[in-house]
Amino acid sequence: MRTLSRAVTLVVSLMLMPSGVSAQSWEPTKTVEFIVPAGTGGGADQMARFIDGLIKKHKLMKQPMVVVNKAGGAGAEGFLDVKGAKADPHKIVITLSNLFTTPLATGIPFNWKDLTPVSMMALDQFVLWVNAESPYKSAKDYIEAVKKAGPNKFKMGGTGSRQEDQIITVAIEKQMGVKFTYIPFKGGGEVATQLVGKHLESTVNNPIEAVAQWRAGQLRPLCVFDDERMPYKEKVTANMSWADIPPCKQAGVDVDYLMLRGIFMAGGVTEAQRNYYVDLMGKVRALPEWKEFMEKGAFNQTALKGDDYRDWVRKEEARHIQLMKEAGFLK
Amino acid sequence: MQNDPIHSEDDAGRSAASMRSVELVVAGLIFALGLLVVSDSWRLGAGWAEDGPQAGYFPFYIGLLLCISSAVIFWRGLRDRHSAAQAFVTRGQFRMVLALLIPTLFYVLGIYFLGIYVSSILFVALFMVFLGKYHWLRSTLVALGVSVAFFLLFEVWFRVPLPKGPLEAALGLN
Amino acid sequence: MEEISALMHGFSVALSPFNLMLMLIGVVLGVIIGVLPGLGGANGVAILLPLTFAMPPTSGIIMLSCIYWGALFGGAITSILFNIPGEPWSVATTFDGYPLAQKGRAGAALTAAFTSSFIGALVAVVMITFLSPLIARFALQFGTPEFFSVYLLTFCAFVGMSKGKAMKTVAAMMIGFALAAVGLDTVTGQLRLTFGFTELLQGFDFLIAVIGLFGIGEILQTLEEGLAFKGVSAKLNMSVVMETWRELPRYWMTSIRSSLVGCFMGIVPGGATPASFMSYGIAKRFSNNGEAFGSGQIEGVVAPETAAHAAGTSALLPMLTLGVPGSPTAAVLLGGLLIWGLQPGPLLFVEQKDFVWGLIASMYLGNIAGLLVVLTMVPLFAAILRIPFAIIAPVILVICAIGAYTVHNSMLDVYLMVFFGIMGYVFKKLDYPLAPLVLALVLGDRAEASFRQAMLVSQGELGVFFSNGLVGSLTALALTLLFWPMLAAAWAGMRAGTLR
Repeated sequence: MRTLSRAVTLVVSLMLMPSGVSAQSWEPTKTVEFIVPAGTGGGADQMARFIDGLIKKHKLMKQPMVVVNKAGGAGAEGFLDVKGAKADPHKIVITLSNLFTTPLATGIPFNWKDLTPVSMMALDQFVLWVNAESPYKSAKDYIEAVKKAGPNKFKMGGTGSRQEDQIITVAIEKQMGVKFTYIPFKGGGEVATQLVGKHLESTVNNPIEAVAQWRAGQLRPLCVFDDERMPYKEKVTANMSWADIPPCKQAGVDVDYLMLRGIFMAGGVTEAQRNYYVDLMGKVRALPEWKEFMEKGAFNQTALKGDDYRDWVRKEEARHIQLMKEAGFLK
Repeated sequence: MQNDPIHSEDDAGRSAASMRSVELVVAGLIFALGLLVVSDSWRLGAGWAEDGPQAGYFPFYIGLLLCISSAVIFWRGLRDRHSAAQAFVTRGQFRMVLALLIPTLFYVLGIYFLGIYVSSILFVALFMVFLGKYHWLRSTLVALGVSVAFFLLFEVWFRVPLPKGPLEAALGLN
Repeated sequence: MEEISALMHGFSVALSPFNLMLMLIGVVLGVIIGVLPGLGGANGVAILLPLTFAMPPTSGIIMLSCIYWGALFGGAITSILFNIPGEPWSVATTFDGYPLAQKGRAGAALTAAFTSSFIGALVAVVMITFLSPLIARFALQFGTPEFFSVYLLTFCAFVGMSKGKAMKTVAAMMIGFALAAVGLDTVTGQLRLTFGFTELLQGFDFLIAVIGLFGIGEILQTLEEGLAFKGVSAKLNMSVVMETWRELPRYWMTSIRSSLVGCFMGIVPGGATPASFMSYGIAKRFSNNGEAFGSGQIEGVVAPETAAHAAGTSALLPMLTLGVPGSPTAAVLLGGLLIWGLQPGPLLFVEQKDFVWGLIASMYLGNIAGLLVVLTMVPLFAAILRIPFAIIAPVILVICAIGAYTVHNSMLDVYLMVFFGIMGYVFKKLDYPLAPLVLALVLGDRAEASFRQAMLVSQGELGVFFSNGLVGSLTALALTLLFWPMLAAAWAGMRAGTLR
């Protein structure tokens, strides 16, 4: 019975298939799960839901897609889920830096090599923010004030423990010889709100996590943790654009850190399956809405795919091991 | 306690386990849980560092309180002669509970092997036939209806993927 | 009044036949989602999101937010009928709702739950309409010490009065705390109590424990007494709605108190679940009828439902004004806003007046629509209890299994649910109270995290919990509530002394 139905399916599908492309192309045959290894409302979640929305709006995929948050254990829940779904082409995952930091800090048996890199969507910037009512106009002023106040007097808020925000904080501390009290929160939105309420002195939020408060005149950006200025010249507030934020290097804080926003799928998938998603994400990136989203969130629009992407991830992993060793997060 | 299947109808009112023995076993288990919590918290560091409690600080005291409270419950249970005579469940009650619990366990295992829809059909239908004494045809129809309704609701409408087994694979539904 | 004219404009935006139809669709869908523990508001909002791209943003958000209202209403239904909370915030509704259903008063309990939900939401919406800038500023006052004091307040409000065996209450509560601690520690990033099992990374989910302890535990207990649910004879006509409505005004004080508690917890944002527990605890303590709570009191349904709905509604405010989603559903709504090119945040109220006031107007209309829909369904829901046990019991178990599975898409959770079911049955027979266990599981890790964050802020000084007026009064209030029975006794003693 089963063999019969299979044979029928085979014949039917052969008849329906246009000749020539059959071996190369692949398409999802059921609902695709889009896993977010972070909580709702954060940067990764916002991007995943945005991509999902664009795919639906422009009907880029025939099968439906569902976004699933698997935030448990600093994202380990989501990564282990994809790792366990070996050769399953109906699961993709968006990553943030916890792709590297979570297995390193917790020893959870997982490595990015268990996954198949699909494509890098963008790199997320980090900006040093203070409350707009505070007197600090530049990163230099601020660091000097921190120095003067003495160790542990200034509170730096960030997402999670031993993750990107704390790595940056420790890097600043090492370079400038200061000491913050680092306070970990569960999500970026919460961090920005705490800064507006003056419960913290500074944060290293991603642009998209704090842009609304900046526009409302509640927060002030001091510098961006990158080698050069961001390219977006359009005014965000009355008199400032993203491009007006100086690189931290200029202020003497030589810390640069960019966070990967990329798409991976499970290990052991075929070339055709991977190509399908590379192509899909390429279409998403070509949309005008995507460009607008990139601009609003001041993303670094580097996008890589295939082997270039794999090489980049490999280098980034080595860098994280280095950074985390320096910060004393690895035993 | 003697296990005599022949007298199973007559001894329905007899005690299957005394209140006291169950009380003692549960207190013992809670105590063991407390020890487990305490030991892991100790590993993490259960002290008060200069910037506040360490990761194991609260769990340590939680575990400790578990041990203390369960020890008190255990001790009180030991001294309580009254509850030794009291029944936790009678045999009749216990049989009823098992009549649900055992099929449920099989059902839950069935989800793993057969997927949730097939095992739900079997579970609902068999439950109705054996415990509800319904006609098998009616039971099967109800069970099929329930499973199909859930399939439509979860898989088709809300796109929530539930565990599926060989039947769905053969039908090409997953 | 500027707000009134803005609101009237909002009504004119929201009150088109098209929008009204969308509201109805949203509410019905939301009720279905609320009833089934396997579906959350996020699922419903997510499937409808693609449809909304073809609509103006205001219509889209109206439909999506109506799912949210529907889900808030729907959560109470299975709590009352089967002791299974469809959503986390309806756990406290089971305490008196289910006993009412067992007494054959399911219709009354449902009517009370729906009506109180509506009143709670209404109070919150009025507050949002007129006080939102003020409230947004108030919410910003909350730092980590304040959060901890709010959680402490919830515990104290709920636990202080427990009359059960003290040791068993302590044990049950500590089990809840221990389960809550499993997983990754937010503050240090260390793994706790996982013993090397990667499955335990995600910790124990509250919903699984609740489905098991309350739902399955209850079925097992029911079975002992034979194959029948106790509350079979529920009235099946609409007159029960009128009868209950005549009774409800008696509990005006509870309603006011619960609305305030709910609004407060929604803004803070503590969330709807703690709000419902806190409100139930406070109502029990201050009601003339407090002793009878838990045995099937309408007032015991009014308190948690009013607060949960007030909190759920006012929790939308932080999302709109601060861009911080208070729940997964709100997060999906946030995603929708981004696609429409709307950036939630302090400027949304200034730049997108049409949208914001359309949404606020739809909160009024959506709740009215919701109330009408669910009230007309009361007889239908109550009729479910007439289905024989041998049919409904396996179906409930199937629903429970689906609900447990969908939390993390993991079979382990289904096994855990059965385990919790047995535990619920045994604990109930041995007189261990389940409510403190559940409350500790819901709030345990959040309370601990905020306590330790506060300790980081203050560098280990406990004085931080009295460091300013706000946190000081919250902490003092919490301690007062905790020791209320003693204080009340002392007060009575003094009065008796002076009279003599």
